[in-house]
Amino acid sequence: MKKIISFVLAVCLVLGCCGVFASAKGEKVTLYVYNWGQYIAEGDDDSMDIIAAFEEAYPNIKVKYSTYDSNESMYAKLSNGGITVDVIIPSDYMVGRMRQEGMLLELNYDNIPNAQYIDESFRNTSYDPENKYSVPYTWGTVGIIYNTKYVDEADVTGWELLWNEKYADKILMFDNSRDAFGIAQYLLGYDINTTDEAELQACADKLAEQKGVVQQYVMDQIFDAMENEEAWIAPYYAGDYLTMVEENEDLAFYRPDHQGFNVFIDAMCIPSCCQEKEAAELFINFLCDPEISAANMDFIGYSVPASESKQYMDEDVVNDPVAYPDAEELRNASSFDYLPEDVSRYMESLFMSVRNG
Amino acid sequence: MKKNNAVLLSTPYLIWMVLFTLIPLGVVVYYALTDPATGVFSLVNLRQLGMYLPVLWTSIVYSLVSALVCLILGYPVAYFIAHCGQTAQKFLYMLVMLPMCMSFLLRTLAWVGLLNDQGIINNLLVAFFDWLRSLGGVFAGIPEDFGRLTLIRTPGAVVLGMVYNYLPYMILPLYTTIVKIDHRLIEAAEDLGCNGVQTFRRVILPLSMPGILSGITMVFVPAVSTFYISQKMGSSNTVLIGDVIERQFKQGNNPNLGAALSIVLMILVFVCTGIMNRFGGDEEGSVMV
Repeated sequence: MKKIISFVLAVCLVLGCCGVFASAKGEKVTLYVYNWGQYIAEGDDDSMDIIAAFEEAYPNIKVKYSTYDSNESMYAKLSNGGITVDVIIPSDYMVGRMRQEGMLLELNYDNIPNAQYIDESFRNTSYDPENKYSVPYTWGTVGIIYNTKYVDEADVTGWELLWNEKYADKILMFDNSRDAFGIAQYLLGYDINTTDEAELQACADKLAEQKGVVQQYVMDQIFDAMENEEAWIAPYYAGDYLTMVEENEDLAFYRPDHQGFNVFIDAMCIPSCCQEKEAAELFINFLCDPEISAANMDFIGYSVPASESKQYMDEDVVNDPVAYPDAEELRNASSFDYLPEDVSRYMESLFMSVRNG
Repeated sequence: MKKNNAVLLSTPYLIWMVLFTLIPLGVVVYYALTDPATGVFSLVNLRQLGMYLPVLWTSIVYSLVSALVCLILGYPVAYFIAHCGQTAQKFLYMLVMLPMCMSFLLRTLAWVGLLNDQGIINNLLVAFFDWLRSLGGVFAGIPEDFGRLTLIRTPGAVVLGMVYNYLPYMILPLYTTIVKIDHRLIEAAEDLGCNGVQTFRRVILPLSMPGILSGITMVFVPAVSTFYISQKMGSSNTVLIGDVIERQFKQGNNPNLGAALSIVLMILVFVCTGIMNRFGGDEEGSVMV
C-alpha cells in the first residue's frame, strides 16, 4: 500500500515539475492557424516557407498549422467547440455566417497596418460590410478542369459537362454542399443565394441525377486524381488548376460564363475561441505584406486582392486570364452570400441525402 | 486482503471505463435525443432513421460476405499453421500478424494505388499487351490501350478491402482453437472407421466452432462500421453506415443524427454478438469480443 502511495506521489511530483517547466517557457506564444489544405507556400518547389519566415520575424511566436478541406468541415469543428484556433481563412459566405452567429472577434487594425494594401473592390463586401471581422487573403473563381487528352472540346459547352454520361466514372464532384448546389443552381438558372425550398429541392434532385456518373466526391484528393488522369473532369477553384497544370499540362480550365460561375473571396478571421489575439493579428498582417503575399500567391496560384503585391509576382501569373479574368468574362459571375441558419441546415441535409442515397 | 488488492488494482480501469466509456455513451444518447438546431429534447433524429435502413442493410451484407470469404480463406491457413512444427508455427503466426503492424489507412491506400484505372496492375497489363503487339504477327491486331480492367470502385473491391484488412482477425482465433484440438480424438475417429471427410465434418469442424464464431464476429464488427474502405475503394454509390455517420459529424453539421445512427449501429453489433454467443453457447468457451 505504502509503495503505491509513494509511487503516486512521485508521479505527481514529476508531472508538477513538467507543469512548472512549461509555464516558465510560457513566454513563447503558440499560434494555432487553421487553413485550407494546399493553401500556403510551405517551401516546396522553390517557394518561400511563409510560416518559417513568420517565425523568424517573430521569434517568440510558434505556429501550429493544421488544415481543413471545406468551409463546412471547419465550421463543424469550431462549432463543436473544445479547441483553440487563432486564425482561420473561410470563404465569403462562411465569414458572413460565422459573423452572424458571433463566432468571430473584431479585428484591431492597429496591429494590421498592411491591410491598407487591400484593393477598394475587396472592401466593404456584403459578407462583412465594415471589414470589422475579416481581411481578404485571396480571391478566385470556380470552373471546370478537364483533360484535353480524353475530353472532346465539342462537349465542353457548360456545367452540363459534369452530367455527361459519355464520361461516366471519370467525373469528380465537389464534396461540400455550397459549391455543389451552386453548380446545380447555375445550370438550372436559379439564384445561387436562393432560400426557396422548392428550388433547393430541385437542385438536390439534379445532383442526385448526376450521382451515377460521378467517380468520387472530393476536395483536396482532386489533385492526385486529376494529375494522374484517374479522373478527367472536375469542377474546382482556378488557383488549384494552376497548381495542377504544372504537373499535367494536358489539363485545361473552362468557366461557363454564359451560365454564370462563382467568384469568391477567402478572408482571414479570428474565431472567438482564439487565445492569442495579438499574435493572430500579427500573423494576418504578415500575410498582407505585399512581398510576402506575392511569394505566397506565386505558389498557391490564387488571385491576390492587393494590386500592390503584383509588382513582386511572377509576370506570367499576373497576366494569366485563368487567375485574373477580365471584366467581360466576370459579368455573369456571382458570389455566395450568407444564408439564414435554417436554409444552411436544409441545404446541408439535402446534400447529405444526395451523398447517402 | 486478496479481495481488497483486486479492487484496488482494478480501480484505474474502472475509472477509465466510467470516464471514457460510460459518460461518452451518455453524451451520445443525449445528442441522439436532442434537436440539432435548438438543442431541446426531440425524437426528430430517430424519426429520420428509417431513411437509412437501406444503407444499414448494405453494410450488413458487405460485412457478412467479407466474413464468409475470410472464413473460407482463413480456415485452411489456420489449419495448416496449427499442424506445423513449433518453430514454423511461431514464424507463420508472426507473418499473419505482420500486416497489422502497418497503418490500416496506408494499407488501404496501397490497394487504391494497385487497383486504380491508372494504377500499377492496369499499367502492367497494358504494358504486357503493348509488348505482345510489338511482336507483330497474330498479336499485331491488339488495339491500343488494351487490357485495362475495371478493378476499383466496384462492390468486389470493397469486399477485397475488408477481407484484406480483417483476415488476421479470422485466422488468429481459428488457429488458437484448432491448435488446442486433442489429436487423440482425430485418431479415435479414424480408428473407428471415419474417412477424411467424415473426420473433418464430425470431429474437427464441431471442435473448431468456437474459433469460427469468434472469427466471424471479429471480422463482422469492424467491417460493418468501417467508413474508410468504402470511401476509398467503393464507388460514389457504395455508401456504408460508417460513411453516413462520419459525414454527419464532419460535413453535415448534424452530430445529433450521427449520434442516433451510432446507437443503431451499436445495437446491431450487440444483437449480432448475442446471436453468435447463443450459437456458441453449448460449446466450451463462448465467443468474446
